[in-house]
Amino acid sequence: MEFLGKVVAWFTAPASWSGNDTIPLRLWEHVSLSAVSLALAALIALPLGLYIGHTDRGSRLVVAIANIGRAVPSLGWLGIALPFTLALFHADGLGFLPACIALVALGIPPIVTNTYAGLHEVDRDLLDAGRGMGMAELQLLRRVEVPIALPVIMAGVRSSAVTIVATATLAAVVGGGTLGAFILDGLFNNDQPRIFGAALLVALLSILTELSFGYLQRRAVSPGLRVNLQERRGSKSAAALI
Amino acid sequence: MIEGRPFLEPGWIVDNLDEIGHRLAEHVLMTVIAVVAGVAISFGLALLVRYRPRLYGPVIGISGTIYSIPSLALFALLIPLTGLTLLTAEIALVSYTLLILVRNIVTALDGVPPEVIEAARGMGYSPFQRLWQVELPIAMPVIVAGIRIATVTTIGLVTVTSLIGMGGLGYLIVNLGIQRYFATSILTGVVLSVALAVISDVALLAIQRRLTPWAKARAR
Repeated sequence: MEFLGKVVAWFTAPASWSGNDTIPLRLWEHVSLSAVSLALAALIALPLGLYIGHTDRGSRLVVAIANIGRAVPSLGWLGIALPFTLALFHADGLGFLPACIALVALGIPPIVTNTYAGLHEVDRDLLDAGRGMGMAELQLLRRVEVPIALPVIMAGVRSSAVTIVATATLAAVVGGGTLGAFILDGLFNNDQPRIFGAALLVALLSILTELSFGYLQRRAVSPGLRVNLQERRGSKSAAALI
Repeated sequence: MIEGRPFLEPGWIVDNLDEIGHRLAEHVLMTVIAVVAGVAISFGLALLVRYRPRLYGPVIGISGTIYSIPSLALFALLIPLTGLTLLTAEIALVSYTLLILVRNIVTALDGVPPEVIEAARGMGYSPFQRLWQVELPIAMPVIVAGIRIATVTTIGLVTVTSLIGMGGLGYLIVNLGIQRYFATSILTGVVLSVALAVISDVALLAIQRRLTPWAKARAR
Protein backbone atom coordinates (compact mmCIF):
# COMPACT_ATOMS: atom_id res chain seq x y z
CA MET A 1 0.00 0.00 0.00
CA GLU A 2 2.81 2.33 0.91
CA PHE A 3 4.45 1.41 -2.38
CA LEU A 4 1.33 2.24 -4.39
CA GLY A 5 1.26 5.60 -2.62
CA LYS A 6 4.76 6.27 -3.91
CA VAL A 7 3.68 5.29 -7.43
CA VAL A 8 0.79 7.76 -7.21
CA ALA A 9 3.24 10.34 -5.89
CA TRP A 10 5.40 9.82 -8.99
CA PHE A 11 2.38 10.27 -11.26
CA THR A 12 1.38 13.51 -9.52
CA ALA A 13 4.86 14.98 -8.91
CA PRO A 14 5.38 18.35 -10.66
CA ALA A 15 8.65 17.03 -12.14
CA SER A 16 6.64 14.38 -13.98
CA TRP A 17 4.69 17.10 -15.78
CA SER A 18 7.08 19.99 -16.39
CA GLY A 19 10.73 20.03 -17.38
CA ASN A 20 12.61 17.88 -19.88
CA ASP A 21 11.84 14.41 -18.51
CA THR A 22 8.05 14.47 -18.26
CA ILE A 23 5.34 11.87 -18.76
CA PRO A 24 3.76 13.73 -21.72
CA LEU A 25 7.16 14.10 -23.41
CA ARG A 26 8.10 10.42 -22.99
CA LEU A 27 4.62 9.35 -24.08
CA TRP A 28 4.88 11.56 -27.17
CA GLU A 29 8.32 10.09 -27.96
CA HIS A 30 6.88 6.61 -27.59
CA VAL A 31 3.81 7.23 -29.76
CA SER A 32 5.55 9.28 -32.47
CA LEU A 33 8.45 6.83 -32.81
CA SER A 34 5.95 3.95 -33.05
CA ALA A 35 3.69 5.74 -35.54
CA VAL A 36 6.53 6.78 -37.87
CA SER A 37 8.05 3.29 -37.73
CA LEU A 38 4.73 1.54 -38.39
CA ALA A 39 4.00 3.87 -41.32
CA LEU A 40 7.43 3.25 -42.86
CA ALA A 41 7.17 -0.51 -42.28
CA ALA A 42 3.75 -0.59 -43.95
CA LEU A 43 4.99 1.58 -46.82
CA ILE A 44 7.71 -0.97 -47.55
CA ALA A 45 5.92 -4.19 -46.62
CA LEU A 46 2.49 -3.69 -48.21
CA PRO A 47 3.66 -3.14 -51.83
CA LEU A 48 6.17 -5.98 -51.44
CA GLY A 49 3.56 -8.35 -50.05
CA LEU A 50 0.99 -7.35 -52.68
CA TYR A 51 3.53 -7.86 -55.46
CA ILE A 52 4.68 -11.31 -54.38
CA GLY A 53 1.14 -12.30 -53.43
CA HIS A 54 -0.33 -11.32 -56.79
CA THR A 55 2.47 -12.60 -59.04
CA ASP A 56 3.78 -15.36 -56.75
CA ARG A 57 7.26 -14.24 -57.87
CA GLY A 58 10.07 -14.49 -55.34
CA SER A 59 7.61 -15.47 -52.65
CA ARG A 60 9.75 -18.25 -51.20
CA LEU A 61 12.79 -16.03 -50.93
CA VAL A 62 10.93 -13.13 -49.31
CA VAL A 63 9.04 -15.33 -46.85
CA ALA A 64 12.28 -17.16 -45.96
CA ILE A 65 14.08 -13.84 -45.32
CA ALA A 66 11.11 -12.61 -43.26
CA ASN A 67 11.22 -15.77 -41.15
CA ILE A 68 14.95 -15.45 -40.50
CA GLY A 69 14.33 -11.80 -39.64
CA ARG A 70 11.89 -12.95 -36.97
CA ALA A 71 14.63 -14.98 -35.27
CA VAL A 72 16.60 -11.77 -34.60
CA PRO A 73 15.67 -10.57 -31.09
CA SER A 74 14.16 -7.09 -30.86
CA LEU A 75 17.08 -5.89 -28.78
CA GLY A 76 19.33 -7.34 -31.48
CA TRP A 77 17.87 -5.04 -34.15
CA LEU A 78 18.59 -2.01 -31.96
CA GLY A 79 22.12 -3.28 -31.45
CA ILE A 80 22.68 -3.89 -35.15
CA ALA A 81 21.29 -0.50 -36.19
CA LEU A 82 23.37 1.52 -33.72
CA PRO A 83 26.93 0.92 -35.11
CA PHE A 84 25.77 1.85 -38.60
CA THR A 85 23.90 5.03 -37.66
CA LEU A 86 26.77 6.13 -35.41
CA ALA A 87 29.33 5.50 -38.17
CA LEU A 88 27.23 7.44 -40.71
CA PHE A 89 25.75 10.24 -38.62
CA HIS A 90 28.04 10.44 -35.55
CA ALA A 91 26.17 12.08 -32.66
CA ASP A 92 22.91 12.19 -34.66
CA GLY A 93 23.19 8.42 -34.98
CA LEU A 94 21.96 8.06 -31.41
CA GLY A 95 18.31 8.07 -30.35
CA PHE A 96 15.45 8.28 -32.82
CA LEU A 97 17.33 7.08 -35.91
CA PRO A 98 18.66 3.66 -34.81
CA ALA A 99 15.43 3.06 -32.89
CA CYS A 100 13.32 3.80 -35.96
CA ILE A 101 15.46 1.58 -38.22
CA ALA A 102 15.19 -1.29 -35.75
CA LEU A 103 11.42 -0.88 -35.36
CA VAL A 104 10.89 -0.76 -39.14
CA ALA A 105 12.96 -3.94 -39.52
CA LEU A 106 10.81 -5.60 -36.84
CA GLY A 107 7.57 -4.34 -38.32
CA ILE A 108 8.09 -5.48 -41.91
CA PRO A 109 8.00 -9.31 -41.62
CA PRO A 110 4.50 -9.73 -40.13
CA ILE A 111 2.95 -7.44 -42.76
CA VAL A 112 4.78 -9.02 -45.71
CA THR A 113 4.03 -12.60 -44.71
CA ASN A 114 0.38 -11.89 -43.89
CA THR A 115 -0.23 -9.88 -47.07
CA TYR A 116 1.32 -12.65 -49.10
CA ALA A 117 -0.64 -15.36 -47.28
CA GLY A 118 -3.89 -13.38 -47.57
CA LEU A 119 -3.58 -12.96 -51.33
CA HIS A 120 -2.35 -16.51 -51.76
CA GLU A 121 -5.50 -17.89 -50.12
CA VAL A 122 -7.82 -16.12 -52.57
CA ASP A 123 -9.65 -18.72 -54.65
CA ARG A 124 -8.06 -19.00 -58.12
CA ASP A 125 -11.53 -19.36 -59.66
CA LEU A 126 -12.38 -15.84 -58.50
CA LEU A 127 -9.33 -14.47 -60.32
CA ASP A 128 -10.29 -16.33 -63.47
CA ALA A 129 -13.83 -15.00 -63.18
CA GLY A 130 -12.46 -11.47 -62.80
CA ARG A 131 -10.20 -11.90 -65.81
CA GLY A 132 -13.14 -13.29 -67.80
CA MET A 133 -15.08 -10.15 -66.91
CA GLY A 134 -12.28 -8.13 -68.47
CA MET A 135 -10.58 -6.84 -65.33
CA ALA A 136 -7.00 -5.63 -65.67
CA GLU A 137 -4.43 -7.10 -63.23
CA LEU A 138 -4.41 -3.96 -61.05
CA GLN A 139 -8.23 -3.88 -60.98
CA LEU A 140 -8.20 -7.52 -59.97
CA LEU A 141 -5.80 -6.73 -57.14
CA ARG A 142 -7.77 -3.70 -55.95
CA ARG A 143 -11.31 -4.98 -56.33
CA VAL A 144 -11.04 -8.72 -55.76
CA GLU A 145 -7.86 -9.80 -54.02
CA VAL A 146 -7.35 -7.00 -51.49
CA PRO A 147 -10.98 -6.89 -50.22
CA ILE A 148 -10.96 -10.66 -49.67
CA ALA A 149 -7.49 -10.69 -48.08
CA LEU A 150 -7.98 -7.52 -46.00
CA PRO A 151 -8.69 -9.18 -42.63
CA VAL A 152 -5.53 -11.29 -42.97
CA ILE A 153 -3.52 -8.23 -44.07
CA MET A 154 -4.88 -6.24 -41.11
CA ALA A 155 -3.92 -9.09 -38.76
CA GLY A 156 -0.36 -8.60 -40.00
CA VAL A 157 -0.55 -4.83 -39.46
CA ARG A 158 -1.88 -5.42 -35.95
CA SER A 159 0.88 -7.83 -35.06
CA SER A 160 3.41 -5.38 -36.49
CA ALA A 161 1.92 -2.45 -34.52
CA VAL A 162 1.93 -4.39 -31.25
CA THR A 163 5.56 -5.46 -31.76
CA ILE A 164 6.61 -1.91 -32.62
CA VAL A 165 4.89 -0.30 -29.62
CA ALA A 166 6.35 -2.99 -27.34
CA THR A 167 9.87 -2.63 -28.69
CA ALA A 168 9.73 1.18 -28.63
CA THR A 169 10.14 0.67 -24.86
CA LEU A 170 13.60 -0.73 -25.54
CA ALA A 171 14.52 2.27 -27.72
CA ALA A 172 15.64 3.95 -24.48
CA VAL A 173 18.66 1.64 -24.58
CA VAL A 174 20.00 3.50 -27.65
CA GLY A 175 18.98 6.91 -26.30
CA GLY A 176 15.61 7.02 -28.02
CA GLY A 177 13.74 8.22 -24.93
CA THR A 178 10.17 6.79 -24.84
CA LEU A 179 8.45 5.51 -21.70
CA GLY A 180 11.23 2.93 -21.49
CA ALA A 181 13.59 5.75 -20.46
CA PHE A 182 11.72 6.02 -17.13
CA ILE A 183 12.19 2.29 -16.58
CA LEU A 184 15.91 2.30 -17.43
CA ASP A 185 16.58 5.44 -15.36
CA GLY A 186 14.56 3.92 -12.55
CA LEU A 187 16.59 0.70 -12.70
CA PHE A 188 19.80 2.73 -12.71
CA ASN A 189 18.76 4.81 -9.67
CA ASN A 190 16.79 2.02 -7.97
CA ASP A 191 13.66 4.22 -8.12
CA GLN A 192 11.03 1.50 -7.96
CA PRO A 193 7.88 3.67 -7.95
CA ARG A 194 9.04 5.29 -11.19
CA ILE A 195 9.83 1.88 -12.73
CA PHE A 196 6.40 0.57 -11.76
CA GLY A 197 4.48 3.67 -12.83
CA ALA A 198 6.16 3.77 -16.22
CA ALA A 199 5.63 0.04 -16.71
CA LEU A 200 1.92 0.54 -16.04
CA LEU A 201 1.77 3.22 -18.74
CA VAL A 202 3.65 1.00 -21.19
CA ALA A 203 1.36 -1.95 -20.50
CA LEU A 204 -1.70 0.26 -20.93
CA LEU A 205 -0.43 1.70 -24.21
CA SER A 206 0.33 -1.79 -25.54
CA ILE A 207 -3.04 -3.21 -24.61
CA LEU A 208 -4.72 -0.16 -26.14
CA THR A 209 -2.77 -0.70 -29.36
CA GLU A 210 -3.74 -4.37 -29.43
CA LEU A 211 -7.42 -3.57 -28.86
CA SER A 212 -7.69 -0.73 -31.37
CA PHE A 213 -5.94 -2.62 -34.16
CA GLY A 214 -8.01 -5.68 -33.29
CA TYR A 215 -11.10 -3.53 -33.82
CA LEU A 216 -9.78 -2.35 -37.19
CA GLN A 217 -9.09 -5.95 -38.14
CA ARG A 218 -12.67 -7.00 -37.42
CA ARG A 219 -13.98 -4.00 -39.34
CA ALA A 220 -11.85 -5.03 -42.33
CA VAL A 221 -14.17 -7.84 -43.43
CA SER A 222 -15.62 -6.73 -46.76
CA PRO A 223 -19.44 -6.15 -46.67
CA GLY A 224 -19.88 -8.59 -49.55
CA LEU A 225 -18.18 -11.34 -47.60
CA ARG A 226 -20.16 -10.57 -44.46
CA VAL A 227 -23.47 -11.06 -46.29
CA ASN A 228 -22.10 -14.19 -47.85
CA LEU A 229 -21.09 -15.61 -44.47
CA GLN A 230 -24.60 -15.10 -43.13
CA GLU A 231 -26.14 -16.72 -46.19
CA ARG A 232 -23.80 -19.63 -45.90
CA ARG A 233 -24.65 -20.12 -42.27
CA GLY A 234 -28.30 -20.04 -43.21
CA SER A 235 -28.39 -22.30 -46.24
CA LYS A 236 -25.31 -24.44 -45.55
CA SER A 237 -24.54 -24.35 -49.25
CA ALA A 238 -20.89 -23.39 -49.06
CA ALA A 239 -20.18 -24.19 -52.68
CA ALA A 240 -18.82 -20.91 -54.02
CA LEU A 241 -18.22 -17.37 -52.90
CA ILE A 242 -19.85 -15.75 -55.94
CA MET B 1 30.91 3.43 -32.35
CA ILE B 2 34.22 4.79 -31.20
CA GLU B 3 35.73 6.60 -34.18
CA GLY B 4 37.95 4.52 -36.40
CA ARG B 5 37.20 1.27 -34.65
CA PRO B 6 36.27 -1.57 -37.04
CA PHE B 7 32.83 -3.22 -36.84
CA LEU B 8 34.31 -6.61 -36.18
CA GLU B 9 37.42 -7.32 -34.14
CA PRO B 10 37.99 -11.08 -34.25
CA GLY B 11 40.78 -10.68 -31.70
CA TRP B 12 38.27 -9.59 -29.04
CA ILE B 13 36.14 -12.68 -29.66
CA VAL B 14 39.16 -14.98 -29.33
CA ASP B 15 40.31 -13.24 -26.14
CA ASN B 16 36.86 -13.40 -24.58
CA LEU B 17 35.72 -16.90 -25.43
CA ASP B 18 35.27 -17.73 -21.73
CA GLU B 19 32.98 -14.74 -21.16
CA ILE B 20 31.03 -15.46 -24.35
CA GLY B 21 30.61 -19.13 -23.44
CA HIS B 22 29.47 -18.20 -19.93
CA ARG B 23 26.81 -15.80 -21.28
CA LEU B 24 25.66 -18.37 -23.83
CA ALA B 25 25.28 -20.96 -21.06
CA GLU B 26 23.25 -18.50 -18.96
CA HIS B 27 21.04 -17.84 -21.96
CA VAL B 28 20.42 -21.54 -22.63
CA LEU B 29 19.70 -22.21 -18.96
CA MET B 30 17.15 -19.38 -18.67
CA THR B 31 15.46 -20.51 -21.88
CA VAL B 32 15.26 -24.16 -20.79
CA ILE B 33 13.79 -23.26 -17.38
CA ALA B 34 11.17 -21.01 -19.00
CA VAL B 35 10.11 -23.47 -21.71
CA VAL B 36 10.00 -26.53 -19.42
CA ALA B 37 7.98 -24.67 -16.78
CA GLY B 38 5.82 -23.14 -19.52
CA VAL B 39 5.04 -26.54 -21.04
CA ALA B 40 4.19 -28.02 -17.63
CA ILE B 41 1.85 -25.16 -16.67
CA SER B 42 0.26 -24.98 -20.13
CA PHE B 43 -0.37 -28.68 -20.10
CA GLY B 44 -2.15 -28.36 -16.78
CA LEU B 45 -4.20 -25.44 -18.11
CA ALA B 46 -5.03 -27.32 -21.31
CA LEU B 47 -6.34 -30.28 -19.30
CA LEU B 48 -8.32 -27.93 -17.08
CA VAL B 49 -9.88 -26.32 -20.14
CA ARG B 50 -10.71 -29.74 -21.50
CA TYR B 51 -12.87 -30.60 -18.53
CA ARG B 52 -14.17 -27.05 -18.08
CA PRO B 53 -14.49 -25.75 -21.68
CA ARG B 54 -16.00 -22.51 -20.35
CA LEU B 55 -12.60 -21.58 -18.97
CA TYR B 56 -10.98 -21.53 -22.42
CA GLY B 57 -12.05 -17.94 -23.10
CA PRO B 58 -10.73 -16.49 -19.83
CA VAL B 59 -7.47 -18.51 -19.95
CA ILE B 60 -6.71 -17.36 -23.51
CA GLY B 61 -7.89 -13.83 -22.75
CA ILE B 62 -5.64 -13.44 -19.70
CA SER B 63 -2.57 -15.03 -21.33
CA GLY B 64 -3.22 -12.92 -24.44
CA THR B 65 -3.29 -9.75 -22.38
CA ILE B 66 -0.03 -10.67 -20.66
CA TYR B 67 1.43 -11.50 -24.06
CA SER B 68 0.78 -7.99 -25.32
CA ILE B 69 2.65 -6.37 -22.39
CA PRO B 70 6.22 -5.54 -23.48
CA SER B 71 8.88 -7.65 -21.78
CA LEU B 72 10.71 -4.77 -20.08
CA ALA B 73 7.41 -3.52 -18.65
CA LEU B 74 6.42 -6.96 -17.38
CA PHE B 75 9.80 -7.37 -15.66
CA ALA B 76 9.34 -3.91 -14.19
CA LEU B 77 5.84 -4.68 -12.90
CA LEU B 78 7.19 -7.75 -11.09
CA ILE B 79 10.18 -6.03 -9.47
CA PRO B 80 8.24 -4.74 -6.42
CA LEU B 81 7.13 -8.35 -5.72
CA THR B 82 10.17 -10.42 -6.57
CA GLY B 83 13.02 -7.90 -6.98
CA LEU B 84 15.88 -8.01 -9.48
CA THR B 85 16.06 -11.78 -9.44
CA LEU B 86 16.04 -14.76 -11.75
CA LEU B 87 12.54 -15.48 -10.45
CA THR B 88 11.28 -12.14 -11.86
CA ALA B 89 12.78 -12.97 -15.24
CA GLU B 90 11.37 -16.50 -15.26
CA ILE B 91 7.84 -15.53 -14.18
CA ALA B 92 7.67 -13.13 -17.12
CA LEU B 93 9.27 -15.55 -19.59
CA VAL B 94 6.94 -18.39 -18.56
CA SER B 95 3.90 -16.09 -18.81
CA TYR B 96 4.81 -15.27 -22.41
CA THR B 97 4.90 -18.96 -23.39
CA LEU B 98 1.40 -19.64 -22.05
CA LEU B 99 -0.65 -18.10 -24.88
CA ILE B 100 1.22 -20.01 -27.60
CA LEU B 101 1.41 -23.29 -25.70
CA VAL B 102 -2.11 -23.51 -24.24
CA ARG B 103 -3.70 -22.68 -27.59
CA ASN B 104 -1.53 -25.24 -29.32
CA ILE B 105 -2.02 -28.07 -26.85
CA VAL B 106 -5.81 -27.57 -26.83
CA THR B 107 -5.91 -27.52 -30.65
CA ALA B 108 -3.69 -30.59 -30.81
CA LEU B 109 -5.84 -32.62 -28.40
CA ASP B 110 -9.03 -31.47 -30.16
CA GLY B 111 -7.57 -32.73 -33.43
CA VAL B 112 -7.45 -36.36 -32.31
CA PRO B 113 -10.02 -38.22 -34.46
CA PRO B 114 -13.08 -39.22 -32.38
CA GLU B 115 -13.08 -42.75 -33.84
CA VAL B 116 -9.60 -43.30 -32.39
CA ILE B 117 -10.82 -42.24 -28.95
CA GLU B 118 -13.87 -44.47 -29.39
CA ALA B 119 -11.63 -47.41 -30.32
CA ALA B 120 -9.39 -46.84 -27.30
CA ARG B 121 -12.44 -46.70 -25.06
CA GLY B 122 -13.74 -49.90 -26.62
CA MET B 123 -10.41 -51.60 -25.91
CA GLY B 124 -10.84 -50.77 -22.23
CA TYR B 125 -8.35 -47.89 -21.85
CA SER B 126 -8.87 -45.78 -18.76
CA PRO B 127 -9.12 -42.01 -19.39
CA PHE B 128 -5.54 -41.54 -18.17
CA GLN B 129 -4.18 -44.38 -20.34
CA ARG B 130 -6.10 -42.99 -23.28
CA LEU B 131 -4.58 -39.55 -22.80
CA TRP B 132 -1.06 -40.83 -22.26
CA GLN B 133 -0.90 -43.69 -24.77
CA VAL B 134 -3.30 -42.65 -27.52
CA GLU B 135 -4.13 -38.95 -27.59
CA LEU B 136 -0.76 -37.49 -26.67
CA PRO B 137 1.22 -39.41 -29.30
CA ILE B 138 -1.27 -38.39 -31.99
CA ALA B 139 -1.25 -34.77 -30.83
CA MET B 140 2.54 -34.67 -30.51
CA PRO B 141 3.45 -33.03 -33.86
CA VAL B 142 1.12 -30.08 -33.25
CA ILE B 143 2.24 -29.75 -29.62
CA VAL B 144 5.91 -29.74 -30.63
CA ALA B 145 5.15 -27.11 -33.29
CA GLY B 146 3.90 -24.89 -30.44
CA ILE B 147 6.96 -25.66 -28.30
CA ARG B 148 9.20 -24.65 -31.20
CA ILE B 149 7.52 -21.25 -31.55
CA ALA B 150 7.60 -20.74 -27.76
CA THR B 151 11.30 -21.64 -27.62
CA VAL B 152 12.35 -19.29 -30.44
CA THR B 153 10.28 -16.47 -28.89
CA THR B 154 11.78 -17.11 -25.44
CA ILE B 155 15.36 -17.06 -26.78
CA GLY B 156 14.67 -13.57 -28.13
CA LEU B 157 13.05 -12.37 -24.90
CA VAL B 158 15.86 -13.69 -22.70
CA THR B 159 18.17 -11.06 -24.25
CA VAL B 160 16.02 -8.39 -22.55
CA THR B 161 16.64 -9.91 -19.09
CA SER B 162 20.14 -8.39 -19.25
CA LEU B 163 18.46 -5.03 -18.55
CA ILE B 164 17.43 -6.29 -15.10
CA GLY B 165 20.89 -7.70 -14.50
CA MET B 166 20.37 -11.32 -15.49
CA GLY B 167 23.23 -11.71 -17.99
CA GLY B 168 22.70 -14.03 -20.93
CA LEU B 169 23.54 -13.01 -24.50
CA GLY B 170 21.82 -9.67 -23.84
CA TYR B 171 24.82 -8.86 -21.62
CA LEU B 172 27.02 -8.98 -24.73
CA ILE B 173 24.51 -6.89 -26.71
CA VAL B 174 23.74 -4.23 -24.09
CA ASN B 175 26.25 -4.10 -21.24
CA LEU B 176 29.42 -4.81 -23.24
CA GLY B 177 28.02 -3.65 -26.59
CA ILE B 178 25.57 -0.76 -26.80
CA GLN B 179 26.61 0.90 -23.52
CA ARG B 180 30.27 0.92 -24.58
CA TYR B 181 29.61 1.59 -28.28
CA PHE B 182 31.39 -1.67 -29.06
CA ALA B 183 30.07 -3.27 -32.25
CA THR B 184 31.94 -6.58 -32.02
CA SER B 185 30.24 -7.54 -28.77
CA ILE B 186 26.80 -6.50 -30.12
CA LEU B 187 27.22 -8.59 -33.26
CA THR B 188 28.55 -11.58 -31.28
CA GLY B 189 25.48 -11.51 -29.04
CA VAL B 190 23.01 -11.11 -31.91
CA VAL B 191 24.59 -13.80 -34.10
CA LEU B 192 24.75 -16.29 -31.22
CA SER B 193 21.15 -15.55 -30.30
CA VAL B 194 19.92 -16.13 -33.86
CA ALA B 195 22.06 -19.28 -34.16
CA LEU B 196 20.68 -20.58 -30.86
CA ALA B 197 17.12 -19.97 -32.08
CA VAL B 198 17.68 -21.73 -35.42
CA ILE B 199 19.51 -24.70 -33.84
CA SER B 200 16.84 -25.17 -31.15
CA ASP B 201 14.13 -25.05 -33.78
CA VAL B 202 15.81 -27.68 -35.97
CA ALA B 203 16.67 -29.85 -32.94
CA LEU B 204 13.08 -29.83 -31.66
CA LEU B 205 11.81 -30.76 -35.12
CA ALA B 206 14.29 -33.66 -35.21
CA ILE B 207 13.14 -34.84 -31.77
CA GLN B 208 9.50 -34.69 -32.84
CA ARG B 209 10.25 -36.78 -35.95
CA ARG B 210 12.07 -39.29 -33.78
CA LEU B 211 9.15 -39.49 -31.36
CA THR B 212 6.47 -39.83 -34.04
CA PRO B 213 7.92 -41.85 -36.91
CA TRP B 214 4.43 -42.73 -38.14
CA ALA B 215 3.62 -39.06 -38.88
CA LYS B 216 6.37 -39.07 -41.50
CA ALA B 217 5.33 -42.44 -42.91
CA ARG B 218 1.79 -41.18 -43.40
CA ALA B 219 2.99 -37.99 -45.09
CA ARG B 220 4.65 -40.13 -47.75
